Amino acid sequence: MDALDLARWQFAITTVYHFLFVPITIGMSAIVAYFHIQWVRTHNPDYLRLTKFFGKLFTINFALGLVTGIVQEFQFGMNWSDYSRFVGDIFGAPLAFEALLAFFLESTFLGLWIFGWGKLPEKLHALTMLLVHIGTVFSAYFILAANSFMQNPVGYEYNPATGRAEMTDFLAVLTNKVQLVTFPHVITSAYMVGGAVIMGVSIWLMRRGTPAADVAMYRKSARIGAIVTLVASLGVIVTGDLQGKIMTEVQPMKMAAAEALYETSESCAPFSIFTIGTPDGAAEKFAVTVPCVLGYMATGSFDKPVEGINPLRERLIAEYGNGSELVKDATYTPYIPVTYWSFRFMMGLGFVTMAMAAAVLWATRKGGTPRSTWWTLVIFGAPLAPVFANSFGWIFTEIGRQPWLVYGVMTTATGVSPSVSSAEVLISMIVYTLLYAALAVVEIKLFTDYVKKGAEPFEQPKTPDELSEDSPLQFAY
Amino acid sequence: MDLALIWFLLIAVLWTGYFVLEGFDFGVGMLWPILGKGVDAQDTEKRRRVLLNTIGPVWDGNEVWVLTAGGATFAAFPHWYATLFSGFYLPLLLILVALIVRNMGFDYRGKRADATWKANWDKAIMIGSFLPALLWGVALTNIVRGVPIDADMEFTGNLFTLLNPVGLLGGLVFVALFLTHGAYFVALKTDGPIRAEARAFATKSGLVTAVLAVVLLLVLGLRDGSIWSWLTTAVAALALLGSIAANARGKEGMAFTGTAITIAAAVATYFFLLYPNVMPSSTNPAFSLTIENASSTDYTLKIMTVAALVFTPVVLLYQGWTYWVFRKRITTEHIPAPQDPGRISAGTL
Ligand code: HDD
Ligand code: HEM
Ligand code: HEM
Repeated sequence: MDALDLARWQFAITTVYHFLFVPITIGMSAIVAYFHIQWVRTHNPDYLRLTKFFGKLFTINFALGLVTGIVQEFQFGMNWSDYSRFVGDIFGAPLAFEALLAFFLESTFLGLWIFGWGKLPEKLHALTMLLVHIGTVFSAYFILAANSFMQNPVGYEYNPATGRAEMTDFLAVLTNKVQLVTFPHVITSAYMVGGAVIMGVSIWLMRRGTPAADVAMYRKSARIGAIVTLVASLGVIVTGDLQGKIMTEVQPMKMAAAEALYETSESCAPFSIFTIGTPDGAAEKFAVTVPCVLGYMATGSFDKPVEGINPLRERLIAEYGNGSELVKDATYTPYIPVTYWSFRFMMGLGFVTMAMAAAVLWATRKGGTPRSTWWTLVIFGAPLAPVFANSFGWIFTEIGRQPWLVYGVMTTATGVSPSVSSAEVLISMIVYTLLYAALAVVEIKLFTDYVKKGAEPFEQPKTPDELSEDSPLQFAY
Repeated sequence: MDLALIWFLLIAVLWTGYFVLEGFDFGVGMLWPILGKGVDAQDTEKRRRVLLNTIGPVWDGNEVWVLTAGGATFAAFPHWYATLFSGFYLPLLLILVALIVRNMGFDYRGKRADATWKANWDKAIMIGSFLPALLWGVALTNIVRGVPIDADMEFTGNLFTLLNPVGLLGGLVFVALFLTHGAYFVALKTDGPIRAEARAFATKSGLVTAVLAVVLLLVLGLRDGSIWSWLTTAVAALALLGSIAANARGKEGMAFTGTAITIAAAVATYFFLLYPNVMPSSTNPAFSLTIENASSTDYTLKIMTVAALVFTPVVLLYQGWTYWVFRKRITTEHIPAPQDPGRISAGTL
């Protein structure tokens, strides 16, 4: 493998890994902030216990989101220096904004929240977790704006004198139409994850034979998690549907690749749920299809045509030519099996999550406790399914854009660092992979240990006035 | 003044913020085996928890300064970001790995009671604090001295290009300076035996730092110095000596401010030595990356300037407030009893 392939694999591995923790952080910070605010409002002991318990799980997860994010920040310059030179004028700004507006907020207020017991007045303390959540949402907005520029470059001009893309309109970059549908899609799918994690953990604790009073508490958190997941999934579907239309408009090849549709379908294009055969279009042995759904998803109408890969490729070659300095790869077609299946896994896992959340709501109504061993599937499946749906969503979006790095402007092959040898990329790849694998083991072990301990018994928290100079810290590492 | 120049200054400000803040938490991490060593295992554990809790609420916020410096360099000087990060590939990889294990150590060390777990994270914290301090010093000193860069702005050296005597001296100075800065911080934030030991240690490490730093700044200044860089060099040296004197008199706040000024003046010296380049080429001065040829367009810089002017004060305000919230000194008595792993007490959230 050459440096390009290695750099691509490295980006894929490290980003997908980062994004295992990101949606948990975004989703859980919202729900923990809700618990904390409820505690301050009602002084119902359950809410304090839930705040502390899920807050702890949250910090275990956050630690990994944080350290893997640092790698991302440096990686553009390390592995993709020609890309960084080309788009730095545009792409750097959202990254700098993200650090300045989001990361400072998240990290500072999380420190205040964790160590704030007995130091901050209770209302202010609850507010700090809300600010952490707001920080995560800002962070998502800016980084997604940067990514949306790659999907659909706007607000810039190519300057032949410097050979760079230069920004002409920052507002246009921030309100890219791809961004406007991507941001709600990603945030709502993060809420699905947050809700599902809280739901899964709560059901597990409910079934473990905890004291009756605790069962009621976990039932409450399980239902809150399930409701968040269900409502968020509606948002995911609506925004996903909108994304399909925008995508067909700005990157028609991606929609064709999502369906492995080789020839243009004139009207009522069918959506295949499942295909056996070769998705390279040569032969289809068996397929389950739903008529007209693809047509609707892509165009919003049942009888407009959906363009196929073959005619699109010819059109793209006519438009962009057979290669130039910024276009070294004139195939203009992504790797179809991955786009086809990742799109289906994303949606499929989302529907599975919805079904599980609905089942939990049903089983816990009127004080019920889910009993049969089948629920083990929900306990582990419900949190994992939307996490992996997120991974597949990104894999689809990013691979579907290939061979472009910035759509219509620059291909991936031209973005890689010329001065970095494949040996260097290989070394870093091995280091990250081993390190990330070790961290995963540690994190999972710690997370499950803390789940097993369950929520600690209620203890009235001390206010700053009740504590003297010599009182022990209310929280310490 | 033109915008690219303002951004040259602002990048210096961001690095200053980073080293002044993360500098002391690097220092605290490196002091683990020194101040974190008690008369017996129990005392050692308590001391380490004291050290950890002095920086617990703030180290992550400190680290964001380097993310901002990176992001801002990307936005304001894309070529600088691209050449530096792709050129210094392996040292940066080491820095990243070190920061990762160190951060995980801070977060995870206290989350289990068993001794091996803690001992392993202790190592991660020590090595993870030492390596970045050293490597940032090596990297920045090499930038100032100039590294091989070709006509396409690509770095043409390798790892060993960076491991030259002056670069390594730069690394040592960073380590020594952060050790001293960290020891002042511990003296300022704790009480009891740790405080006394921190002060005694800082005097010694401060003197070593002063000697090393003066040699380094002379070597750098004699080749590229300007009147301004000599001025900031003098400020750095005086502030450092002042801090040692203040420490000897028990004025811990002043001593800490002294090393903070030293760090700021040292960064300023580096940037004066660089000016008007951002990354001088040792291959051919004509190939150097300069403020002019490495920067973004005025439009981007204008937006960035507005954002920096509006939001940096806000960040400083709430970060400053955090330090105020956690202003109390911590002693071993404040550390809650060892946790019972079966139960999670209020003290172990
Ligand atoms: C949709 C949201 C999203 C996306 C697409 C990304 N991230 Fe991320 N990132 C977050 C959402 C987030 C977050 C929610 O804000 C995190 C997750 C956990 C955390 O600590 O904050 C975070 C942490 C995080 C950190 C550490 C921040 C700190 O120290 O507090 C950095 C440097 C990055 N990210 C950088 C990146 C880069 C360069 C990405 C692009 C490749 C990226 N992230 C994708
Ligand atoms: C905003 C910032 C982002 C940038 C600049 C970016 C850029 C890139 C680059 C340079 C590659 C390597 C070239 C390639 O093979 O496609 C890539 C691939 C990839 N990225 Fe992104 N990406 C961004 C965000 C993300 C995010 C947030 C994810 C989600 C987790 C993601 C997922 C992927 C995946 C799965 C690949 C693999 C594609 C492949 O190897 O062909 N990307 N992206
Ligand atoms: C009916 C369900 C869904 C539809 C129709 C849908 C549609 C889409 C489309 C069209 C894209 C590509 C956008 C582009 O590249 O321009 C996308 C991306 C993505 N999807 Fe979905 N999606 C659905 C469910 C889900 C679920 C359940 C999740 C996760 C819980 C999810 C997470 C993502 C993510 C993370 C991305 C990548 C970022 C982005 O481009 O938005 N999606 N989705």
